[in-house]
Amino acid sequence: MLQISSRHLEKVTIFDLSGDIDLATSPQMRKALLRELRELRIPRVVLNLGAVRYIDSSGVASLVEALKASRDSGSRLILFGLNSAVREVLQLSKLLRIFEIKDSEEQAVAP
Amino acid sequence: MELPSSPDTLCVVRSALAPLAQILGFSEAECRAVVLAVDEALTNIIRHAYQGKADQPIQLFFRRIWVPYDGVRRPALEILLEDRGIRVDGSKLCGRDLEDVRPGGLGLHFIKESMDAVEFRRRWGRNQLRLVKFLHAPEPSKGQ
Repeated sequence: MLQISSRHLEKVTIFDLSGDIDLATSPQMRKALLRELRELRIPRVVLNLGAVRYIDSSGVASLVEALKASRDSGSRLILFGLNSAVREVLQLSKLLRIFEIKDSEEQAVAP
Repeated sequence: MELPSSPDTLCVVRSALAPLAQILGFSEAECRAVVLAVDEALTNIIRHAYQGKADQPIQLFFRRIWVPYDGVRRPALEILLEDRGIRVDGSKLCGRDLEDVRPGGLGLHFIKESMDAVEFRRRWGRNQLRLVKFLHAPEPSKGQ
């Protein structure tokens, strides 16, 4: 199960994710991210992954797709709050370096 | 264990497998690796062998085995996943180039990186995937 809630600051959307991102739940995250990036063209989309217990390849694929959408629209996709479970999977995919990752929400929303 | 090929069963398997691996003596990181490999294998069965059909059978077998390795018999966890879906082309089970940054194609790479042995075969109209993870004996503490 994955819970997604969003907060909106000026030109920034913050998604707070909680639970597991897998084949069953990643479409929900993908849809939310692509809506902000492609349809609403929010300049900065921030993902709080602090309460994500698990992510699989379908979740990583959704993040990569969102990253590509952000590049296409000239916006930024920023991740923060990565725990060891999420960090290990991104490291395993060798994709950790392509994402913009911050240590805290303050850093992620800083101008 | 027999499960339907529904994505909703993935979290159930993860919840059951993590404590099993822990009881066998795997470290926290190794438990996460085993869970990831099985989750990705099930995902591949659901997506590719059964092409998204949610009511097809998947069988999982878990057992502790002893495997000869470097002249020593070592304990390991063996996991066998079996489905009756379409034939999977074993030659295509090679993962993808990770330099190619794009969505998809990571599952098999995760399985191979997480497990010590990965074997696929088609037998009696079924796809069988065998995964093995060695149970590493803890190193003795200094001074003992």
